[in-house]
Amino acid sequence: MNLRINGVSRSVDAPDQMPLLWVLRDVLGMTGTKFGCGIAQCGACTVHLDGVAVRSCQLPVGLVGDRAITTIEGVGDTSAGAKIQKAWLDIEVIQCGYCQPGQIMSAAALLAANPHPDDAAIDAAMAGNLCRCGTYVRIREGIKNAARS
Amino acid sequence: MLRDPDSLLGAGGGLSRRALLRRGAALVGGLLIGIELPLRSARANEPVPTGARFNAFIHVAPDDRVTFTMPAVEMGQGVYTSQAQCLAEELDIGLDKVIAAHAPPDQANYGSPILIIQATGGSTTTMAWSGPLRKAGATARALLVQAAAAKWGVDPAGLTTENGVITDKASGRSVSYGKVADDAAGLEPPAEVALKDPSRFRLIGKPVHRIDTPDKAIGKTMYGIDTMRPGMKFATLMASPVIGGKVGSVDQSKALATPGVRQVVVLDDLVAVVADNTWAAMQGLAALAIEWAPGAYADLDQSRLWAELEKSSEGAGVVAEKAGDAPAKLKDGTLFEATYELPYLAHAPMEMSNCTVHVHDGVCEVWVGTQVPGFAQTGAAQALGIDPAKVTINNHLIGGGFGRRLEADNVVKAVRVAAHVDGPVKVVWSREEDIRQELYRPLYHDRLQARVENGKLTAWHHRITGFSIIARWLPPAFKNGIDFDAVDGAVKIPYAVADRLIEYIRHESIVPGAFWRGVGPNSSIFSIECFIDLIAHKTGVDPVAFRRGMLDKTPRALGVLNLAADKAGWGTPPPASPFGARQGRGVTLMAAFGSYLAAIADVAVSDAGDVRVTRVVVAADVGNVVNPDILQAQIQGGVVFGLSAVLHGKITFAGGRVEQGNFNDYRILRIDEMPSVEVHIVPSTENYGGIGEPGTVVVQPAVANAVFAATGVQLTRMPIDAALIAKAV
Repeated sequence: MNLRINGVSRSVDAPDQMPLLWVLRDVLGMTGTKFGCGIAQCGACTVHLDGVAVRSCQLPVGLVGDRAITTIEGVGDTSAGAKIQKAWLDIEVIQCGYCQPGQIMSAAALLAANPHPDDAAIDAAMAGNLCRCGTYVRIREGIKNAARS
Repeated sequence: MLRDPDSLLGAGGGLSRRALLRRGAALVGGLLIGIELPLRSARANEPVPTGARFNAFIHVAPDDRVTFTMPAVEMGQGVYTSQAQCLAEELDIGLDKVIAAHAPPDQANYGSPILIIQATGGSTTTMAWSGPLRKAGATARALLVQAAAAKWGVDPAGLTTENGVITDKASGRSVSYGKVADDAAGLEPPAEVALKDPSRFRLIGKPVHRIDTPDKAIGKTMYGIDTMRPGMKFATLMASPVIGGKVGSVDQSKALATPGVRQVVVLDDLVAVVADNTWAAMQGLAALAIEWAPGAYADLDQSRLWAELEKSSEGAGVVAEKAGDAPAKLKDGTLFEATYELPYLAHAPMEMSNCTVHVHDGVCEVWVGTQVPGFAQTGAAQALGIDPAKVTINNHLIGGGFGRRLEADNVVKAVRVAAHVDGPVKVVWSREEDIRQELYRPLYHDRLQARVENGKLTAWHHRITGFSIIARWLPPAFKNGIDFDAVDGAVKIPYAVADRLIEYIRHESIVPGAFWRGVGPNSSIFSIECFIDLIAHKTGVDPVAFRRGMLDKTPRALGVLNLAADKAGWGTPPPASPFGARQGRGVTLMAAFGSYLAAIADVAVSDAGDVRVTRVVVAADVGNVVNPDILQAQIQGGVVFGLSAVLHGKITFAGGRVEQGNFNDYRILRIDEMPSVEVHIVPSTENYGGIGEPGTVVVQPAVANAVFAATGVQLTRMPIDAALIAKAV
């Protein structure tokens, strides 16, 4: 099958049922997208399908079709993604960083859909992304800074 | 965790006497470690195999690339940056010119001056390494200057350095470090080297940006789990779900028929499936029909584990600290007593256990993120029956440690599997397997007794019962029946109490314990601070005022308590909250890890007993600071880690199995549960204190005390149980 990933068409040999996460990580070697729980509880595997945040650990690759996949490796080419990544580094949101590809993907999707999210909108969009280092204070601040930029 | 290195000296067992003596000399004499051995020959697994290696930490290449080899590993806590700040400060080079790499297993060069072995943990990195790293940087700079002076035939005293360039102001000549690196590396290091006066610091004490985060923000960082090797296969595994159980029989037929599955590896206590990708391996594992031989613990449940701990607590205690005669004073007068019980906790780092291994030609290559590269190396070697020198550990940035990577159990499991696999294999645990086969923060049972006279504590008896992590993890350090980590925070309390008795009872259990963020003080401080609030409540005294009255001799403790109380508006009622009609405010004071912290938490409790933490204020005096922004981040993050524990955290056993398995039933805090967190730092020039653990330690009792204030119920077994504080209907 063919997948459109970060604007590039990739030919992939994988069964339809294989979750997109494992196609990205193991078949294509794009390891920026992370495995965290396998049951859509933590958000570490978040990618965009046509700009909408989805959990790639629960998405069979056969359902992707011709929708555009964006991953952490490519989200910097979007306006919202670039703003979030810059905001993240400006205030040093990141600690261990393992959950942050997912955090950044969720935050970028939020910002693209809602340019000025309030705390409730941030909570709603980000509550599916766990961070064990506890960077939530700065994630909230980072999204607000990105919205102002 | 280990802040009393003297207690380790002279110990036998796993550490050679020579190693201990060398450490002893270093610690006692104030010599510095790691720079005693300049110009070591490069090993195959060192990050930069050629060029001038000035010492164990600094390498300058002829093309001016500077590589810092970091003794402490980066797992989010910011030590890549803070260690680089120390080296670069004295070397006079910009952080942007530096490449950072993790140290290979090498006890002689990278054994921690505090932890003794090569390990990262216990909030010790800055206190252990800032001195040696600064000296290493200054020594390398002195040698470079000396080489340039010799080249030009001038007095080195007239030369200056800035950002990797040496300048002779008299003649206007300049040369970069790389051009004189080879000459410099051949010189004899000076016996004494002057460190910079703090007034000249460009990097230390400044909130410089982290060096590890730019790659993390774009998905470029390679964690252990991201390892890709040519020809690599992917595996997942399952160990006996019943603790102590073994594999009975395995029907592999359906697994081997799963597309992509290559091989099933059956060992005595675990089964692994090897495949072309991780998903196929997981499908294959699910298709295996495994009969487990559950063994002796198939009926083990949580109530029995609590009961066994309580039974141990009735035995004879070993004295960890004694002053006056507390038992005599506790025979009459106004007495108080309480017992607190702390649960098993999983670390649950977001990067689950994983390890890539290639066993071939009598050697073993390992790719993993570990806090203990030496343990990983010896563990792999023992599993294979080969010399540790044949094991290469390629360490990685770690996706969360919290103590989990102070263990090499997962490396050993992966190596045992890989020994049966042709070619490299990446073994990745499922989240469920990772949580169920963890090494947990052990159960603790803390019993406290106290006497109050004239509004002050006059006698104090604290008896701690728990599994000894130290006896398992570093046997030579378990001496005279005392686990000094378990009693950390319980001895040397900041409160003035004349008669004190602190005891420890080692509890043996089939469930082993492991260090967990906050380590020993987690349980000790929780119990002490809840008990103090209980006494304040029963004697009708304000909890902050009660503590203040006992802090005459510990001004730093008093300082943070007063600062937190001031910033939190102590004495005013907590604001109304939509989360619950019952509100409360609770306080905690901690003196541990060389740091002083006070925390004040506001909570709202619903009629159903659900607790919402609405605000946390922390005041911290941690002495000198290398990076104030990382300090803030560590305290903020530590608070979140502690909130997860006090609100949600418990691992329980039933039928010999761990009952939790993923983030749906082992809950960690989500952003929509977050309180505001304010961190206030007391400027200080005292010695460096630890900052990774304290936030976790202080927030838990602050929340418990706030719940006590809100409901009038003091909960004595964690985590908070809503049923016990629900409003009676």
